Amino acid sequence: MAEWEGIYTIWFREAKRYVRYRSRIVSSVVTPLLWLLIFGTGLGSAIRFSGMTGAYQAFIYPGIIGQTILFTAIFSGVSVIMDRQYGFLKEIMVAPVSRPSIVFGKALGIATASIIQGVILLLLSFVVGVQMTPFIFIASFLLMIPISVGLAGVGLLIATFTDSMEGFNLIMSFIVLPMFLLSGALFPVTGLPTFLQFAVYLDPLTYGVDALRQVIIGHGALPLYLSTSVVVGFAILTVILSAILFSKKEQNLM
Amino acid sequence: MEYIIETHDISKVYDDFTAVNSINLKVPKNSVYGVLGPNGAGKTTLISMLCTILHPTSGTATVNGYDVMKNSKEVRQSIGVVFQSRALDDILTGREHLEMHAALYGVPMDLRKKRIEEVLDLIALGDKADEYTKTYSGGMKRRLEIGRGLIHHPKILFLDEPTLGLDPQTRENIWEYIQELNKTEDITVLMSTHYMEEADKLCDEIAIINHGEIITADSPKNLKRDLKADVITIKVDDPEKFIKKAEKLDFIKNIMVTDSEIKMMVEQGENLVATVVNFANNNDIMVKSIELEHPNLEDVFINLTGKRIVEEG
Repeated sequence: MAEWEGIYTIWFREAKRYVRYRSRIVSSVVTPLLWLLIFGTGLGSAIRFSGMTGAYQAFIYPGIIGQTILFTAIFSGVSVIMDRQYGFLKEIMVAPVSRPSIVFGKALGIATASIIQGVILLLLSFVVGVQMTPFIFIASFLLMIPISVGLAGVGLLIATFTDSMEGFNLIMSFIVLPMFLLSGALFPVTGLPTFLQFAVYLDPLTYGVDALRQVIIGHGALPLYLSTSVVVGFAILTVILSAILFSKKEQNLM
Repeated sequence: MEYIIETHDISKVYDDFTAVNSINLKVPKNSVYGVLGPNGAGKTTLISMLCTILHPTSGTATVNGYDVMKNSKEVRQSIGVVFQSRALDDILTGREHLEMHAALYGVPMDLRKKRIEEVLDLIALGDKADEYTKTYSGGMKRRLEIGRGLIHHPKILFLDEPTLGLDPQTRENIWEYIQELNKTEDITVLMSTHYMEEADKLCDEIAIINHGEIITADSPKNLKRDLKADVITIKVDDPEKFIKKAEKLDFIKNIMVTDSEIKMMVEQGENLVATVVNFANNNDIMVKSIELEHPNLEDVFINLTGKRIVEEG
């Protein structure tokens, strides 16, 4: 019982932090809009994509939702490093709450922030001319949960291995950007050169974007059950893994 | 006597560095116990092991009757900790910090509101309680951290350098606060410090620690008494003559000259001031000034280690 309370408390703090950093919310809504409106319109006019105007924008829309969740989740996960630098992590670590509960609370809090972000984008679907029905909305929302939790797990895993924010650029170049670019957020994942195809299917975000795309515009490279299973499996894996590592490396986290 | 913290040869060894070397500590229940030593002496490492966030390399420790390794959860429930470095979230309010802490420590829901009000009263944050902690002064942050450590009514409060980096006024306030707390609550305070004055003023008992080892442990009063060294500082018109003559006096244990002053180590100096003045007069030496000083903990430390504790401004 006390553990649930611990998870809830840590989740609640994370959610509060997210809501209070308003500038972060604003920029994380504006960034995807820039992608959709400028990049989407620009490239969409230059290439023939299914022969329809606005088709490319609609195509990348689920991808940009995936990107937003990715950025929000990883950056929030990395905030554990800041908690450590500012000493707040100690206050949490010395409380009579188990290490896995701390990780679950964190992961859920980060996922909440990412999902809010995703929902805002779902509400802006008219911008790219995608029709939003209650069914699409609910199905996308449900999909965002395991996607966000899985990426929050990635963020937490990074945090357990990094002791200062100096490694932040490395994380950006070697994890976040490749995950985004390889996910098929911006291009179809079928008919690619073999090496790229391989890398694309190694990227867990590929499955998240594909599932979202299937639900939102009805095009998916993979069957929905498959992509959804990978996304759920990945979420469980990363959270359990970070819970284990967090408990193991507890001594080095302070 | 009942001891609430006991360690048995507790040590922490890093690759080639022994931070804490086989320390045996006995902290009496409901006392204010000080761990005094210079920076890097191992104070924080010792406290971290006692509050379970660092595993000892060898040795054992019990806190409130629980083993820090085997029953770490019970230990955590028994203690409140104020770390040396700030542990606040600048975008939460003071009240939210207290609420969060109460929840993490499983304070029953129906008691929470009351406890939080009690603590807010005690730490006197006033209207600031509902503002983000980033707007707080250093002293307010410290008080909030101490108050937070009390929400779950711990048996032991650990304070790691509680007044480090605070201005003298705030420091005094925190001292008063700790004294008050110890008087009114059923609580043992274990604090580390490198301020002699702080240890002297607050602690019932202190352990002096240097290079990871306890050099001595006793009440500040006994430690100073054991030093048997009052210092008489005298200024005279002819220091050389005075020293030459005074060296023959057997109540003077040691005599030193610094600048124009002569310092004499004696026992029970209050009885000797008049003797020294008379002695100078009898030898036709004029006394310009004379001063008597009782030893402080700094002197105890110097005597035991041959070094000063480096005070920071």
